[in-house]
Amino acid sequence: MNSPSLAVRCQNVIKTYDTGDQKVTALNSVNLEIATGELMMLVGPSGCGKTTLISVIAGILDQDSGHCEVLGEDLLSMSNQHKLNFRARNIGFVFQAFNLLPSLNAAENVSIPLIINGIKRAEAERKAISVLEQVGLGARVKALSSELSGGQQQRVAIARALVHSPRLIVCDEPTSSLDHETGHNVMTLLKDVALYKDRTLVIVTHDARIFDFADRIAEMDDGHIVKVKGTKG
Amino acid sequence: MNHIALKMLMGDRGKYLGIVMGLTFASLIMTQQPAIFLGLMSRSYSFISDVGLPDIWVMDSKVQFVDDIKPLQDTELYRVRGISGVEWAMPMYKGLLKARLVDGTFQTCNVVGLDDATLIGGPPVMLEGTVEDLRRSDGVIVDIDGARDKLGKPSPIPGGKPIPLKVGDSLELNDHRAIVVGIAKVTRTFQSQPVVYTTYSRAKSYAPKERKLLSFVLVKAKPGQDFGELTRRIRATTGLAAYTREEFMSLTYEYFMHNTGIPINFGISVLLGFIVGAAIAGQTFYNSTLENLRQFGVLKAMGTSNWILLRMILLQAVLVGTIGYGLGVGLTALFGYSMRHSILAFKFPWQLLLFSGAGVSLICIFAALLSIIKVIRLEPAIVFKG
Repeated sequence: MNSPSLAVRCQNVIKTYDTGDQKVTALNSVNLEIATGELMMLVGPSGCGKTTLISVIAGILDQDSGHCEVLGEDLLSMSNQHKLNFRARNIGFVFQAFNLLPSLNAAENVSIPLIINGIKRAEAERKAISVLEQVGLGARVKALSSELSGGQQQRVAIARALVHSPRLIVCDEPTSSLDHETGHNVMTLLKDVALYKDRTLVIVTHDARIFDFADRIAEMDDGHIVKVKGTKG
Repeated sequence: MNHIALKMLMGDRGKYLGIVMGLTFASLIMTQQPAIFLGLMSRSYSFISDVGLPDIWVMDSKVQFVDDIKPLQDTELYRVRGISGVEWAMPMYKGLLKARLVDGTFQTCNVVGLDDATLIGGPPVMLEGTVEDLRRSDGVIVDIDGARDKLGKPSPIPGGKPIPLKVGDSLELNDHRAIVVGIAKVTRTFQSQPVVYTTYSRAKSYAPKERKLLSFVLVKAKPGQDFGELTRRIRATTGLAAYTREEFMSLTYEYFMHNTGIPINFGISVLLGFIVGAAIAGQTFYNSTLENLRQFGVLKAMGTSNWILLRMILLQAVLVGTIGYGLGVGLTALFGYSMRHSILAFKFPWQLLLFSGAGVSLICIFAALLSIIKVIRLEPAIVFKG
């Protein structure tokens, strides 16, 4: 069982992809611990394994070997159904391309995780609207994603990641599609609204302008964690 | 998740309408073409179904269908009347004779001669006059469609509609004068020739002189008499063919099914409708799923199970299928209604709804299955690809 203060503990995690005639090792004996309530950034060059690592941590990809405990649970040993329920309850996602459903309005998009968790639609939309108000989009709850700016779409995505009160939020390049000011605002919002003592944020990013928001930064290269450093003090 | 599935489906209006139109087209073709086919086929035996009174039809053993007349000697009538279990037996003449019209042109008519005394086998519905009027001198009854069209008098305006034949008008049948004494409504026959009813003896006088002129013997069984048993007895005693009304209709129907190109022609139309509908609807539905694949990936990453995604796709398929089917069937019904007074054959029994419903369901299952396989195999990690 994981220590209560650790949200994620990965030990010797290995993941390889079969690309036809050769195997590519995306994660090569990765060891990483992320504390509960921490904002951890994963940084490194393209292809270094950052996205594979958050996919494993988020429970949407199985490692080949090694051990990965998330919120005290060993994801590899879970059944598919158990893993689905675990993701639905405990994980929030923020994507680089926002990944909002274009035919749904902001409130409907934000209500999806609640509906997946079995909450009735009307109640889910009520709660979604209150979270949209928290992220400053109370006036745009009926807007389709095509009617929102990039920054507003990312705010909707953040509201969607928060609405079901997950204990872990994984973000994949959340500011890459945004200009500097909007990216800064989004990170401020994430830190203010999303992060508190029981919730952990793992952010994959290339964007050096937002490194200051992290509690710690794990640098990856060629499937390894090469350095973990704190940003404070 | 149902409303999300429906919104995803209708999000792209163009694609949504494309799927619905494809299914509407398939449903229309799979309903309208068989309806015309059934209408045509029912015309093949409409003469038999119009003659309601007799239980059994007796004819030459080589007859293959109702218009395949192989005349009998009049004495066969008396032999049939002598068979036990026969309540009554009446003669009927049926043959194609040429009518000379007012403008000097000729029109082939289906002349039906009824027993002089009883007039059994007469037209099912009289619009003007009565069947008994056939007893008047030179009297004939003409069917309304023939009277209006093929037997009509030429219009005084060039290219105008013919003037319908009326009661009191005359025509020549094989150089014999005939006076119209009644107008009847009969079910259109396969050849769509005008039907002219007269008495048996008068029909024989119209027909070219032959030793044998009796086309059918119409038989009524005694009350309680088993029809199957009676037909066997008639066959055994006379050496003629004897069929119940249903058997004779079936014999005629089967002849047309096996000896004409009609079933295969309509079958090809229906198959093409199915294939084109399946191709349009299936392809568009599948493309729509492919475009939404990332969205399905997001739902999967967030914890939506394959079973719920499968239900979402099935709901989408059921919705477009129901709308397309309803529109197709509705258009077919509208087509049939608008053509009800035309020469076009059209029969729309409830079984046809099941047939086209099954066809549209197959297309939807096919379309949904392709999408379901794609979504179930989808790796949720796709969501992290930029």
